[in-house]
Amino acid sequence: MHIKRKEFIQIGSLATASLMVPKFLKAFEGKSMVLPGNKVIVILQLSGGNDGLNTVIPFRNDLYYKARPKLGIAKDKALSVTDEAGLHPALTGFKELYDDGSLAILNNVGYPNPDRSHFRSMDIWHTASQSHEYWTNGWVGRYLDAQCNGCDKPTQAIELDDVLSLALKGEDIKGIAVKNPRRLYGTANEKFFRDVMRSHKDEAGEQPVDYLYKTMAETLSSADYIFQQSRMHPTNAEYPKTELGNSLKTIASLIYSEINTKVYYVSLGSFDTHINQDAQQQRLFTEMNDAVKAFVKDLKQQHRFEDVMLFTFSEFGRRVNQNASNGTDHGTANNMFLVSGGLKQKGVLNPLPDLSDLNEGDLKYNVDFKNVYATILKKWLNADDKAILSKQYEYMNFI
Amino acid sequence: MSLTNQLKNQHLMWRAGFGPAVEQLDDLSKYTPKQFFKALVKASEKKPDYIDVADDYLKGLMMGIEEVGRQQKKELDADERKKVQQKNREGVRNLNMYWMHEMVGTASQLREKMAFFWHGHFACRNLNVFYQQGLLDVIRRNALGNFGTMLKEVSKSAAMLNFLNNQQNRKDHPNENFAREVMELFTLGRGNYTENDVKEAARAFTGWGANVKGEFQFRRFQHDFGSKTVLGRTGDFDGAEVLDILLEEKQTARYITQKIYKFFVNEKADTDKINWLADRFYKNEYDISKLMEDIFTSDWFYDEKNIGAQIKSPVELLVGIQRMLPMKLENEEALMLLQRVLGQLLFYPPNVAGWPGGKNWIDSSSLMMRMRIPKLINDVDEMNVKAKDDDDTMMGMKDVNMQAKGNKKPGGQQSGAAYTGMRRQQINANVDWQPYVKHYESVPRENLAEAISKILLQTKSRVSMDIIKQYADQTGRENFIKTATLQVMSTPEYQLC
Repeated sequence: MHIKRKEFIQIGSLATASLMVPKFLKAFEGKSMVLPGNKVIVILQLSGGNDGLNTVIPFRNDLYYKARPKLGIAKDKALSVTDEAGLHPALTGFKELYDDGSLAILNNVGYPNPDRSHFRSMDIWHTASQSHEYWTNGWVGRYLDAQCNGCDKPTQAIELDDVLSLALKGEDIKGIAVKNPRRLYGTANEKFFRDVMRSHKDEAGEQPVDYLYKTMAETLSSADYIFQQSRMHPTNAEYPKTELGNSLKTIASLIYSEINTKVYYVSLGSFDTHINQDAQQQRLFTEMNDAVKAFVKDLKQQHRFEDVMLFTFSEFGRRVNQNASNGTDHGTANNMFLVSGGLKQKGVLNPLPDLSDLNEGDLKYNVDFKNVYATILKKWLNADDKAILSKQYEYMNFI
Repeated sequence: MSLTNQLKNQHLMWRAGFGPAVEQLDDLSKYTPKQFFKALVKASEKKPDYIDVADDYLKGLMMGIEEVGRQQKKELDADERKKVQQKNREGVRNLNMYWMHEMVGTASQLREKMAFFWHGHFACRNLNVFYQQGLLDVIRRNALGNFGTMLKEVSKSAAMLNFLNNQQNRKDHPNENFAREVMELFTLGRGNYTENDVKEAARAFTGWGANVKGEFQFRRFQHDFGSKTVLGRTGDFDGAEVLDILLEEKQTARYITQKIYKFFVNEKADTDKINWLADRFYKNEYDISKLMEDIFTSDWFYDEKNIGAQIKSPVELLVGIQRMLPMKLENEEALMLLQRVLGQLLFYPPNVAGWPGGKNWIDSSSLMMRMRIPKLINDVDEMNVKAKDDDDTMMGMKDVNMQAKGNKKPGGQQSGAAYTGMRRQQINANVDWQPYVKHYESVPRENLAEAISKILLQTKSRVSMDIIKQYADQTGRENFIKTATLQVMSTPEYQLC
């Protein structure tokens, strides 16, 4: 069943003048449009520091088994993808994607002067700052700033969560966090809020109170909009009944609608496996594997897999040596998965980590994550990566 | 248009404290702001007590370690380590709650508000409850004292030395983190020093560390006694002398004053006022009380453009509500969860730069959550949000807690749950409405809504009284006051002060 688009959403054509609600709501009754082949990204954050070495397993490397006498995953358990590397046994769906040519694996992704605090390192990934800089806005948020100038709703980036991540907070425009479109719609439709909203008169324009009313107006109208869109073409596909499964199902329904969303953001965790890593990683990977597998199957059926790029990242990888509690401690460089029907380069894109060349027991990065961001911004989202990242990073070739 | 003393005093209380308290309501229009400020200063003169929430198990353990001696650190096994982490986490949680209570209840509002400012300025994440207690004490004791003294004490605190890796700053292996942040964030501000200044200053701080008890240690063998050049001055400086050099720089006074102005007066900086204040701050040798007096007794502080112009931080919002409506929370974890969901959990700043503040507090989720708080207090709504995980505090243990579903019964038996986020949880607040309701006793019924909004709101923009009246409970005077109050607190205007 291919969805025909009759209704069109007018992206960004509403002037900022319509900030206050009444006009605002009316605007959406009008005609609208989505560009055919509308490209979106889905960011899957693996919170807590996923152990990359047990995700993409270098099963030909003795140093790996030496460093991990107990935690090392045996060659015959790993789902081999090349002569040297295999995936974690729970990632059967990712193995299929690999065979199918819709998975790319990037090794040794990181940044200079890595920080081992979860919060700080996540900050660095979210803001795309250098590790000695403290930025107060995120890279997806700045994408909104650049892209959404003059547009009326923050629905171009949606996080499936109750709380909005720094990554989605721009200088002027912030994305929106929605765990469940129906619930947000319920909260936003409290009559009291609607009435308060309606009675507000924008006096000076520059007052902080107007900023609050503007945010409120955007929230109320976005809540309506997202809810409507989520019901327009809800997916019928089967998804696992997990949190991630539900989130990807919501994302799929929104992708099939005519919403203007370009970036979806969702997290899974915690991968902070200091103790008994095996069970925890197995459980989380099973959740990830089943949800992503269902998502891809759904997208393929709807002929939208070429338009969607899902990628994973984690704030850091873990140390090469296992610790005394059958776990691993905070490390540095890590791998990323890129999943799409529209990849230019597939498979393992660069060499596995060199376990004989470590920095005090940690992997050395050789791909800066900001190159990945730049590539996606420029080549997938057609955005001004240099303005968004405050620097020109070299593009990669996977898109 | 002249502003009333009531409005000005409320302005003062929101900025120099955490908002007016219910017991001050009758005084708000009786006194001038100058008299009000004088009383605030007086109430903050007493030296604050040391807040000690550390658990006996941890204290015993620390004594044990001390006896065995620092050289041969007692090795803890995995279970003990886990228990220590958990006790520390609970300790920091208790410290959070204790301090928040203090903000709500103390008459020393000016001091605690200043301490709250310094808590963001000397931002520090540390999972050791003893270290956190120590740093909090430094900040509270010096909150209105001398900035130089506080800077030196903070720089020698175990919390900060550990957080900024100065324990690893040794003669052969300098670690510049501490020196860099001292210059960039604590004194001069970015762009007022060179990379070479950082390198040289780092050498002066080599050997500065702390023992397990959190006491400052100067490790002579790790210290670089050689000559250094910092900001154009050359000598065989140690850390304290570098701090003196930083204090001699007028830029430090300017940087601190600007930050204080933006926090206490207006996010929009006024360069002339800041320069005037900074000159005096520098001349007064960094006397914080005098700086604050300059601000709060000036005429311009009470200018219309400064009133109602700031977005309350989550802590200001939560404390402010409790000061106006004294309440007992059966489920105190809800306060922790609200701090997290709204983006300001005390003792867990996002990074060493502190909370960015202002508009950064507001996004669609946080704004809607803020406006739902009054309903939570009234128990007509439930917490059904989940905070983001904080792996630095959870140490990978939260998955176990995740299973703990929120209970609907009062009691709040779920200590770990607030960290991981709980669902469908009521706050179970028992509000003592009597003193608040009593304040309105002489107000005619038709003027009640207006009187309530004048007490609660600082903004010129006012939510329409018709709406408040329409949504308030009309079945009696007391019910009307209660519900109208909660409605006014559920507006965008109430987010400002």
